[in-house]
Amino acid sequence: MSMTATAVPPGKFWDTEPHHHEEGASTSLGFWIYLMSDCLMFAVLFAVYGVLGANYAAGPGPKDLFDLNLIALNTAMLLFSSITFGFAMLAMGRGDQRGTLRWLAVTLFFGLCFLAIEIYEFRHLIHLGAGPHRSGFLSAFFALVGTHGLHVAFGSIWLVTLMVQITQKGLIAANRRRMACLSMFWHFLDVIWIGVFTFVYLLGMI
Amino acid sequence: MKHMAKPGRLGWLSVLVLLAGCKAEVLAPAGDVAAQQRDLLVISTLLMLVIIVPVMAMTAFFAWKYRAKNHQARYMPDWDHSTKLELLIWSAPLLIVVSLGALTWVGTHLLDPYRPLSRVAPGQEVTEDHEVLRVEVVALDWKWLFIYPQQGVASVNELTLPVDRPVEFRLTSSSVMNAFYIPAMAGMIYAMPGMETTLHGVMNQPGGYKGIASHYSGAGFSGMHFAAHATDDAGFDDWVQTLRAGGEMLDRARYLELEAPSQNVAPMGFAQVDPHLFPRIVNMCVEEGKMCMAEMMAVDAEGGAGLAGTMNMAALTYDKFKRRGTRAPVLGWEPFQVLSFCTPEDSALMFGNASVEARSLADPAPLRGRGMEPPAGLFGRAATSEITLANPMAAKARGGDGHNL
Amino acid sequence: MATASNETTFLLGRLNWDAIPHDPIVWATFVVVALGGIGLLAALTRYRLWGWLWREWFTSVDHKKIGIMYIILALVMLVRGFADAVMMRLQQVWAFGGSEGYLNSHHYDQIFTAHGVIMIFFVAMPFVTGLMNYVVPLQIGARDVSFPFLNNFSFWMTAGGAVIVMVSLFVGEFAQTGWLAFPPLSGIGYSPWVGVDYYIWGLQVAGVGTTLSGINLVVTIVKMRAPGMTMMRMPVFTWTSLCTNILIVASFPVLTATLVLLTLDRYVGTNFFTNDLGGNPMMYINLIWIWGHPEVYILILPLFGVFSEVTSTFSGKRLFGYSSMVYATVCITILSYLVWLHHFFTMGSGASVNSFFGITTMIISIPTGAKLFNWLFTMYGGRIRFELPMMWTVAFMLTFTVGGMTGVLLAVPPADFVLHNSLFLVAHFHNVIIGGVLFGCFAAINFWWPKAFGYKLDVFWGKVSFWFWVVGFWFAFMPLYVLGLMGVTRRLRVFDDPDLRIWFAIAALGAVLIAIGIAAMFVQFAVSIRKRQLNRDVTGDPWDGRTLEWATSSPPPDYNFAFSPVVHGLDAWWEMKKAGATRPDAAGFLPIHMPRNTGAGVVLAALSTICGLALVWYIWWLAALGFLAILAVSIAHSFNYNRDYHIPAEQVRAVEDARSRALAQGA
Repeated sequence: MSMTATAVPPGKFWDTEPHHHEEGASTSLGFWIYLMSDCLMFAVLFAVYGVLGANYAAGPGPKDLFDLNLIALNTAMLLFSSITFGFAMLAMGRGDQRGTLRWLAVTLFFGLCFLAIEIYEFRHLIHLGAGPHRSGFLSAFFALVGTHGLHVAFGSIWLVTLMVQITQKGLIAANRRRMACLSMFWHFLDVIWIGVFTFVYLLGMI
Repeated sequence: MKHMAKPGRLGWLSVLVLLAGCKAEVLAPAGDVAAQQRDLLVISTLLMLVIIVPVMAMTAFFAWKYRAKNHQARYMPDWDHSTKLELLIWSAPLLIVVSLGALTWVGTHLLDPYRPLSRVAPGQEVTEDHEVLRVEVVALDWKWLFIYPQQGVASVNELTLPVDRPVEFRLTSSSVMNAFYIPAMAGMIYAMPGMETTLHGVMNQPGGYKGIASHYSGAGFSGMHFAAHATDDAGFDDWVQTLRAGGEMLDRARYLELEAPSQNVAPMGFAQVDPHLFPRIVNMCVEEGKMCMAEMMAVDAEGGAGLAGTMNMAALTYDKFKRRGTRAPVLGWEPFQVLSFCTPEDSALMFGNASVEARSLADPAPLRGRGMEPPAGLFGRAATSEITLANPMAAKARGGDGHNL
Repeated sequence: MATASNETTFLLGRLNWDAIPHDPIVWATFVVVALGGIGLLAALTRYRLWGWLWREWFTSVDHKKIGIMYIILALVMLVRGFADAVMMRLQQVWAFGGSEGYLNSHHYDQIFTAHGVIMIFFVAMPFVTGLMNYVVPLQIGARDVSFPFLNNFSFWMTAGGAVIVMVSLFVGEFAQTGWLAFPPLSGIGYSPWVGVDYYIWGLQVAGVGTTLSGINLVVTIVKMRAPGMTMMRMPVFTWTSLCTNILIVASFPVLTATLVLLTLDRYVGTNFFTNDLGGNPMMYINLIWIWGHPEVYILILPLFGVFSEVTSTFSGKRLFGYSSMVYATVCITILSYLVWLHHFFTMGSGASVNSFFGITTMIISIPTGAKLFNWLFTMYGGRIRFELPMMWTVAFMLTFTVGGMTGVLLAVPPADFVLHNSLFLVAHFHNVIIGGVLFGCFAAINFWWPKAFGYKLDVFWGKVSFWFWVVGFWFAFMPLYVLGLMGVTRRLRVFDDPDLRIWFAIAALGAVLIAIGIAAMFVQFAVSIRKRQLNRDVTGDPWDGRTLEWATSSPPPDYNFAFSPVVHGLDAWWEMKKAGATRPDAAGFLPIHMPRNTGAGVVLAALSTICGLALVWYIWWLAALGFLAILAVSIAHSFNYNRDYHIPAEQVRAVEDARSRALAQGA
C-alpha cells in the first residue's frame, strides 16, 4: 500500500509535540478499582453472614457472645485511626514530613490496638467453645470479621513500610501516590467496619 | 420400540423419534408430565427456528454473494447504518423472546414439579378417585432407596409405579447432592442432604424404564441407576405383596448399614419401614442421640441455646463420613455432632404427625442435658451463667457416653 | 482409590511415596513429559538461551511479549485438556456390554474435572487475556498497559496456577468433583485427599493473576487511549475487552471469596457449605454461579470483538451498526449478572424464580442476536476476502447460532428439567465455547500473527486445520445432542444400553478429526516459521486493516508508536490511509519513556506457587516460609523506585529509519 500523498500534515494524525507524561497517573484509578473488587469480596462475606447468620446449630447466638462495650471501644480505635490518617494526609499536603510520620505512627498505634482487641475477642470466643467450627453463624462471623482484621493487619504492614520509605526518600511524588492509596485503603476498611459493626454486632444484639 | 409417541397430535414428531433410533425417551416419553415438557421443548425449538433458519441461510448467502471475486455484487464500503434495519434486528429477536417468555412463564408454572398434577393424561383430569401415590426417595451412596409410606414397604434400586396414578416423590439425600431422573416420566429434581424437594409425575404406559442419578456424586455414580417399572394396579399390588413377603424390616439401624457406600447394588426390598425413618433422614438425625434439624431450627429460632450450646456436643463416635474415608480438618477441631435435647418421647412426638409436618416442631421440649439444671423458661438463659466453660475437646472426651441424655 | 493416608510428617506434610499414582497411563505420560522437558531444557542450555529468555521474555513488561506468552500457555494447556477429552471419548466408546473400559472411576472422575478446569481456566482464559494484552494497547495507540509490572506478575500467576494443576497429574491426584467442585462432595468429608486442594490453590493463584490483569486492562482502556479516541471511537474489540475486564473485576472476587470459604471448610472445619451445623451447600452453588455465569461472557465477549474486527476488515467495509454493537455489548455485560440461577433450575426454587431467570436468560439472546445481524449486514454489500480469519468467522456464525438456540432451549425451565446435566447440555456449551471462543481465538491468531511476527501464517495448513476442526466439531458434538435427547447424562463412565454406542463412536471419530485439526495447526505454525521469508509482510498492514494496530510496523517496536496517533473518527487507521497521512519521519524524534523489565513478578509468582503446593500437601513450614518470602519480596520490590527509563531519540530514529527503508523497498 502506498503512502505517498503529502497533503496531510503529520500533526493531524500524529501527536508530534513533546508531552510530559505524568507518572502514575492511572494509579489512583487502578487502586480504586482494586478497592471495588475487594468490596465485592466483602459483599460476598456479608451475604454469607446474611444467609448463615441465624444458623446457631443449637449453639450460642450473638447475644450470648458479643460484648458491645468492647466492640464500641474497638470501633473507636478504628475510627480514631482513620481520623489520624486524615491528619497525616493534611501534614503531607503541607509538605511536613515529620508531621506525616508522627501521624502515621499514631494511626499505626490505633490500628494495632484494634487488632489486639479483635484477637482478644476471637480468643475469648474460641475459649468459650464458640469457635468457627461450632455453627454456620460463627463460621460466617469469624470469616467476615477475620477478613477485615486481616486487611487491617496488611494495612499496618504497608503502613510501616511506607513510613520507612518516607523516611528514606521523603515526600516524593511516588510516596505521595502511595500515601493516597493507603489512605483510601484505610478509610475503605473503616467503611467496611461500620457495616460489620451495624449488621453483625448491633443487629445481633437487638 | 417399547414406547412410541402417541399417534395423532404428536405424530409429526415421529421424524425426530426415528432420528434417535426410537430410544429418545425425552422425545417420546411414557408419562404425561414429560410429554408436556417435550411439547414445550419442541415448540420452543420451532419458535426459534423461525429466526435461526433465516439467519443461517443469510449467512451462507451473503458469504457467497459478496465474495471478493464476484464483481457483480454491489460494493458499499461506507454503508454502516440503517435505522430501519436496526429496528428490525433488535425487534425480531425481541418478538421471539416475548412469545418464548410468555410460553416459559406459563409452562414453568404449569409444570412446576411442586404443583400437584391436575391431569394424568390429556383429557383425563385428576379426580377424587385418584389417590396420589407417595414415594419417598433417598439418594444413598450409590443407590436409590424408595420408601412407600402408604404401603409401608421400601425397595432399593427398584421402583414400581401403577399406571395412570399421580405420584408424588419426596426427595432427599444422605450425603451429597444428587438428582433423581426418570427420563420417560417427569424430568429431574435435585435430591439434597438435609433438604426435601418434591416432584410430581405420572406414568401412562406400562413398561420398564430407566431411572438414573443425573448429578455426579462420587466414585459409584455410574452404577447408580435403577429399573422403573410401570404396571397396572394389580401388578403394583402384587409387587407390594412380594416385598411384604420378604420379611426384612428397615429401621434406623438397618438404614445406617444400608447408607454405607456400595456400588452397583442389586435391587432389594423391605417388608416394613420405620414410619419416622424418612423424616429422620431429612432431618439428619437417624443416628441415636443426634439433634434433628427441626429441633435445631426451633432452638435457633429462639436465638440459639446460649452458651449451653457449646456443651451439648459429642465427638462423632458413629460417623457415617468415616465410611468414605474421611477425617477431621487438619487445622481445625475434631468433628462433632450436636446432641438432642429431646427425650425419645419428645422425638416421637415431633415426628408423630407424619413427614409433612416434620419441619415444624410439634412440641419444643424444655432444655435438658448433662450438667444443666432444668431451665426456668422454655429456653431460659438463666442457667447459662452457672455453666462452666468448656471446650469441645472435653465433649470429645466424654463422647462415649454422650448419647445418654 | 484415594486411600493414600492423610498422616503428616513435619518435613513433607502428607506427601510420601504413595502420592505417586500407580497407573501406567500416568507413568507413560510422565516419561513423555519428562523426556520432552529434559530435551527442552538441554536445548535451551546448549544454545545458551537462558539469559535471553530471562531478559527478553520472562522478566519482560512489554504487553506484546506477555500477550504472546499467555497464548503459548493456552496452546500448551490446550494439548493437555484435549488429551483428557480424547481419554474420555475412548472410555465412553469402550465401556459397553459389561466392560468397565480402561479407566477406573478414580482416574476417570479426575479426567473430566481436569478437562473442564483446564479448558476454562488455563486455555480459554489465557487465550483471551493474551489477545487483549497484545491487541488492546496497540488498538488504542498506547505504548503499554497502565501497570506493566502488574501485567508481568499476572501472567506468571496464571502460569503458576497452571503449574499447580499440572503437578497434580504426577503427584497425588486432582479433584473428582466436576469442574465447579460443588460441596458437600468437595468438602473434606467426601474428598479427603489432595484433589480438591489442588483445585482450590490452582484456581486461587491463577485467580489473583486474572483479577489484577482485569484491573490493569480496565485502567489502560480508560486512561491510555490516544488523543481524540473518545469512548464511541474505540474499536469494537477494545469495547468488548473493556466490558470483559469490568466483568472480571466484578466477578472474580466472588470466586476468590467462595473458594476461601471452601478452603476454610476443608482446612479449619468451618460450616459454610456443610450439610450439618448450619452450613448451606446451596449457597456455594449460588455463589459459584454468580461468578460462573459472567465468566462465560468474559470468555465470549472479546471474541465477539475479534469477529467484528475480522468481518469489517475482510469485507472491506465499515462495521454495520457500531453503536448498536456497543450497546449490545454493554447490555450483555449487565444482564450476565441476572441469569446465574439458570444453571440449577432443578434445585426446586419455585416456578416464579425459575421463570424469572429463564426469561432474563432469553433476554440476553436479544443483544447477542443483534450482534449476529450486525456482522451479517457488515458482510452485506462488502467484498469479502475469504482469508483464514474470515473463514473461521463464517464457521463461527453458523455454529454459534445453533449453540445459541440450544442455549435458549435450556433456559426454558421445564425443558431444562429433562435436559439438565444431560449430554445435550454438554453439547450445548461445547457448541458455544468451541464454536464461539475457540473459533474466535483461531481467527484472532491467523489475523494478528502477521502483526506479532511480521509474516503471515501458511494458508494450506491453516485450511487443513480449519476443515478438520469444523467438521470434527460437528461430528463430535451432534451425537451428544442426540444422546441427551435419549436421556443420557454427563460424567457417566460405563453404559448398559448397547444402542447408545454408535453415537459415542461417532463422537469419538469427531475427536479424532479435531486431533488432526490441532496437529495441523501446529504444523501450520512450524511451516510458517520455516517459510517466513516467503510470507513476509513489511507494510505492517497485511490485511488492509482499519484500526491502529496496523499503523505501526510488524512486529511493532518496543514502544509501539514513535508518536501517539491522533484519532479523528472510528476506524482510525482506515481514515489515515484514506486521507493519505504520512509517517512523521521528518519530525524530530523524542526520547520515549518506557517501563523497565523486572524479575519480581516471576519470583513472586514462583513463591506463590510453592506456597500453594505446600498448602496442598500440608507442609506447613514451607507454606509459612513461602508466605513470608512473598511478603518480603513484595516489600523489597516496593523499595525499587527506579522502574523506568527513556529510549533515546537516536535509537527511535534508527528503528524508524529502518522501517522507512523497508517500506520503500516493499513499495
